[in-house]
Amino acid sequence: MSEVFTEISLQALQAGDRAEFARMVDAYSGPIYRLALKMLGHEQDAEDVLQNTFLKALQYIGGFEGRSSLSTWLYRIAANEALMLLRKKRPEIEMTDTEPEDEDLSDYVPTQFVDWCCLPEDEMLTAEARMQLDRAIQILPGKLRIVFLLRDIEGLSIQETSQALNLSETAIKTRLLRARLKLREHLSAYYGERLAQRSE
Amino acid sequence: MKHKHDCTHLLGSISDYVDGELDEALCQELEQHLAECPDCRVVVDTTRKTVTLYHESTAEPAQVPDDVRQRLFKCLNLEDYLKRGEG
Repeated sequence: MSEVFTEISLQALQAGDRAEFARMVDAYSGPIYRLALKMLGHEQDAEDVLQNTFLKALQYIGGFEGRSSLSTWLYRIAANEALMLLRKKRPEIEMTDTEPEDEDLSDYVPTQFVDWCCLPEDEMLTAEARMQLDRAIQILPGKLRIVFLLRDIEGLSIQETSQALNLSETAIKTRLLRARLKLREHLSAYYGERLAQRSE
Repeated sequence: MKHKHDCTHLLGSISDYVDGELDEALCQELEQHLAECPDCRVVVDTTRKTVTLYHESTAEPAQVPDDVRQRLFKCLNLEDYLKRGEG
């Protein structure tokens, strides 16, 4: 994504060049929409986040100082929009999302020890398996989900994820670890069952 | 007990290890433990596979549906640029 963006002129964007803004929208709307959709699990909500992200970008592009890349800046706006919507829509869930950022991983100790890596590749990504992958993301608390999506789906570095979420790199690493461990547990239950069915 | 303590102690290093970003001393400690602990080996392998599967499942370029793109351009007053590649 950043490769596409190098062709887009920040100077033109800040001068109000609408054609350049349209090119930026086309370059980034796909990843931003995907992020919102996987974050919220709802098409209309994802579209709202998409629109609000670019409306805010249009509004604030003049003040963008380039401390991060333009793509990280857009992800930052989108992440804030998505988290705000999530808190608004599901306050009962997100309000309980107050885990400490310390090293205590007692809630994340693995319980599944089936080695499902040997399943054939074509069985790992069937339509049903992809639904399980999406469902597992939705089970994550919002603050873990956004870190996982930015880092492991959108491919941001730890530093870029830290900039996008305005969190320390240590906090990002802690949340990423917790997200990955939770997803591994969930997927182990699913793929473990597939494995058991094969050996029956 | 020591075995269990090592498993829990090293759990915090798994993510960095999978990303190849664990410092050398910890990496050695973890690999030494993995050689002796089948459960932890499974946890590391399946964590790595989990990350890989998510990468593979989203490998195609992300697209916005046409109707969503049209409404986006409209709300940004960019309808003049709806034709792809224009401008």
